[in-house]
Amino acid sequence: MSSIGTGYDLGLFFSPDGRLFQAEYAYKAVENGSTCIGIKCKDGVILALEKIIISKLLKPHANTRIGSVGRHVGIATTGFIPDGMHILKRARDEANSWRDNYGSAIPGSVMADRLGNYVQLFTCYSSVRPFGVMSFVAAYDDLGPHLYMIEPNGVYWGYNGISAGKGRQIARNELEKLDFSTLKMKDAVKEAARIIYATHDEEHNKDHEIEMTWVGEETNGIHTTVPEDLLQEAEAYARRTVEGGEDEDVPMNE
Amino acid sequence: MSFLELTEPWGKPSRNIFFPTSNDVQQNAAPVISRTTQPIVTGASVIALKYADGVMIAADNLASYGSLARFFDVERLTKVGNNTIVGIGGDVSDYQHIQRTLEDLEIKENNYGDGYALQPSHIHEYLSRVFYARRNKMDPYWNQAIVAGVDGDEKEPFVAFADLRGNTYTAPAIATGFAIHLALPMLRKVTDDDRWKTLSKERARAAIDDCIRVLYYRDGRSLNKFSVATITAGGVDFQTNQSVSSEWAFAEKQYGYGTQEV
Repeated sequence: MSSIGTGYDLGLFFSPDGRLFQAEYAYKAVENGSTCIGIKCKDGVILALEKIIISKLLKPHANTRIGSVGRHVGIATTGFIPDGMHILKRARDEANSWRDNYGSAIPGSVMADRLGNYVQLFTCYSSVRPFGVMSFVAAYDDLGPHLYMIEPNGVYWGYNGISAGKGRQIARNELEKLDFSTLKMKDAVKEAARIIYATHDEEHNKDHEIEMTWVGEETNGIHTTVPEDLLQEAEAYARRTVEGGEDEDVPMNE
Repeated sequence: MSFLELTEPWGKPSRNIFFPTSNDVQQNAAPVISRTTQPIVTGASVIALKYADGVMIAADNLASYGSLARFFDVERLTKVGNNTIVGIGGDVSDYQHIQRTLEDLEIKENNYGDGYALQPSHIHEYLSRVFYARRNKMDPYWNQAIVAGVDGDEKEPFVAFADLRGNTYTAPAIATGFAIHLALPMLRKVTDDDRWKTLSKERARAAIDDCIRVLYYRDGRSLNKFSVATITAGGVDFQTNQSVSSEWAFAEKQYGYGTQEV
């Protein structure tokens, strides 16, 4: 997908072969973003984000990027971060508006639909630009767990497992091996950590931290950060499996 | 447009008010504004007190339609987060609106995800500001509220009052409605002079039961079915469907009550 628009890409209008180049270029912004994966299991949804630590001065585990919407929805974005923050804000407005009108929590499918429509709006006019993010919507409502991903052109699909960002190909291969019909939340946390570690590019030798949230039966339907001890356990498991047990610091009895 | 042209309207009366285009009085009349002038469906008293380990708050489950005891299953205590209960008496529709506002507040605060949680003192301040703002518009939420909980890192027992006019105060024992006159003296007996700091949970509950009993006897808009919530550092313990014993046999001896034998 590296063709140049030659004149039809300086605004949002169709090229002679029926493509919206600006909308396609938005995908490029996401391709270089940090790896983000979502796993929908039997009883809940996990969202995991790999954050490269760009400076030692940054406070560890601060600057969270996965946001809560209402009580039961989590949104993670990867790509152009400020666009992601804007989508999160819009999602919160939508959830608030639904609660004001209907007195109940916004269903996951409605949330995804609202965001999909919103993102698509920005592919209609040359006076705005499309969002350069993939947005993951994790929700747990009366109908159970939901996982959706909204792309920069507004299309969205429901998934059992999905990834975006730099390591999406490797992540996708790993996700396809999982059995979503039997996976439980606590195991999914471990798998998510393992997959993030598998995609991490060792050559660039940069430190990273994993930000992981979950929503489902384990959390009573509230979207929260995965507890620290469970996350440590998952990362230790990931290190062991991915690095083949060569790491001396990992205790043997996990 | 030059600056001089822009300044032309300054100080001049607006054309469409002083030179109305229509002669129809209706069209030119000021818009009708409606304000709350009286509560319709109402809840009665709420009582709360501090004790050694936390706070206790209670309210009956009745919503009256004037003198008609209309709804018997109204929960007038609302949990906000894990450390606060708001108990409200007065107009029920305003109460329900306040419930929605508090829930929105809770969700919004929770979404920051920064590890801070709303404390009872914050909720009390917010509620009293809301009451006062509406009071200034002469369109009040017709309620009296008690905010009870354990406040801050120290989990200090916290009990405070806020009403339709924006009045607030805090004390070891608080009541709303008729309970101000009937129950508060009883509650103050066990909480005054720092006595609440050594008050046990059982004795606090006994005080609440006694107050509810007195209210049931003497308040004509009360019910012997109530909820009581206990908030401690460990969280909120909510008990519903509570009731107190009461003696009515004496009524038979009263002229005018019960069945007439003669």
